[in-house]
Amino acid sequence: MVEISTWRNKVGLAEQLKGGVIMDVTNAEQAKIAEEAGAVAVMALERVPADIRAQGGVARMSDPQMIKEIMATVTIPVMAKARIGHFAEAQVLEALGVDFVDESEVLTPADDRYHIDKHAFKVPFVCGCRDLGEALRRIGEGAAMIRTKGEAGSGNIVEAVRHMRTVMSDMRRIQSMRQDELMMVAKEMGAPYDLVVYVHQHGKLPVPNFSAGGVAIPADAALMMQLGAEAVFVGSGIFKSSDPARRAKAMVDATTYYDRPDMIAEISAGLGEPMRGLEMSAIPEEQRLAPRGW
Amino acid sequence: MSVLIGVLALQGDVREHIAAVERAGGQAVPVKTREELARVDGLIIPGGESTTVGKLLDRFGLMDPVRALPQEGKPIFGTCTGMILLAKEIEQSEQPRLGLLDVTVRRNAFGRQVDSFEEDLPIAGIEGAPVRAVFIRAPYITHVAPEVEVLAETHGHPVLVREGALLAAAFHPELTDDPRIHRLFLDMVEHAKAQRDA
Repeated sequence: MVEISTWRNKVGLAEQLKGGVIMDVTNAEQAKIAEEAGAVAVMALERVPADIRAQGGVARMSDPQMIKEIMATVTIPVMAKARIGHFAEAQVLEALGVDFVDESEVLTPADDRYHIDKHAFKVPFVCGCRDLGEALRRIGEGAAMIRTKGEAGSGNIVEAVRHMRTVMSDMRRIQSMRQDELMMVAKEMGAPYDLVVYVHQHGKLPVPNFSAGGVAIPADAALMMQLGAEAVFVGSGIFKSSDPARRAKAMVDATTYYDRPDMIAEISAGLGEPMRGLEMSAIPEEQRLAPRGW
Repeated sequence: MSVLIGVLALQGDVREHIAAVERAGGQAVPVKTREELARVDGLIIPGGESTTVGKLLDRFGLMDPVRALPQEGKPIFGTCTGMILLAKEIEQSEQPRLGLLDVTVRRNAFGRQVDSFEEDLPIAGIEGAPVRAVFIRAPYITHVAPEVEVLAETHGHPVLVREGALLAAAFHPELTDDPRIHRLFLDMVEHAKAQRDA
């Protein structure tokens, strides 16, 4: 029997992207640079997070025309972002034929209580998280890939590290628990019980776990991979640097050879200026993106 | 006989292939340097992005050492991306490749991700129930040379083929619990090693 767009097809695509770099691009020309550098996928969006942060206003789904141009330019998967809870934007992205939808805190949330029912779609979804409870809620709703949020557009890795460490240590804690303690931890985390049991048995999420938000230099990618990320999203870090083509290639190489410091040293040499970045204390609480999502 | 399988670990679903080899009764390790490649008896090129893996093979000097494996009596099994990289011809593409398998492939041949699917495939030489085949943004083969053996087809196109020491699948046997296709590859590697040792 032939079945289209099964759960295994959705998670399977996420598995195919492991060990790679997914790059934010705002036009076809940038998408071509990303593909040439060896990106495993591109995220099509009108403004990179650093510009969304600088310009303010409501950030929405991108213009379908721009997404279509990018899809026509590259052969690698194309992802696009929908606002949290905005299932009509997600329907439009599915109709366009994008390969992955990111229900993203980088855009202005459309719903302050509910996320999208992602099981209802043929297209797979990726969602952000700051801890294991949030990750398992999103998987329960149908996300086929998780990314720790970090703080998008900051060029600062500290939040990405915090979120990845939190998820990994939450998982180690659950793995070491007794079976009879799992229901209470599910209640406390606000996570589906069956997914808590999965983590207890396997010591990992049932879908791939990538890292996002703040990766700016090759050593940042290596750090996140060593902390347990299975792939890396790079947003503003590439096209806000002085030499995007070289930096993009260096990010790809560093994500593959993340455990070889001698090679990271070579890969990192002479790349020009990275994006400038922000101290977390310079970002007012109400302008932080990571707390969006419930 | 004990053989060691390498899984090319530049990018893609490496862990799933290592687990699949173990389910089939073999032993596998990730490979991303020439030194690691030299230790294995056969190589799996996993699913991933073919443009990414091709560029990394090129940049890190692995293209020629991998190309030389079949002549050294070390078989290669490519799944999805691996099939694309093994192919001599890739429609509408100049991307870097190994170019060992005498076929022409079409990338993303079944459509985009929303068209990805799974189905039961009868496979020549595999006994019992058909194999559940998971196709993800998959390629298919549009032309095969006479010496290439077609083991399975769907939609009228070959999706599992063998040529000498090369095995290539358009789908992902590593994503199901069925070990039979990995067993088929292990048999090829064991046979090749016996011939090398003789």
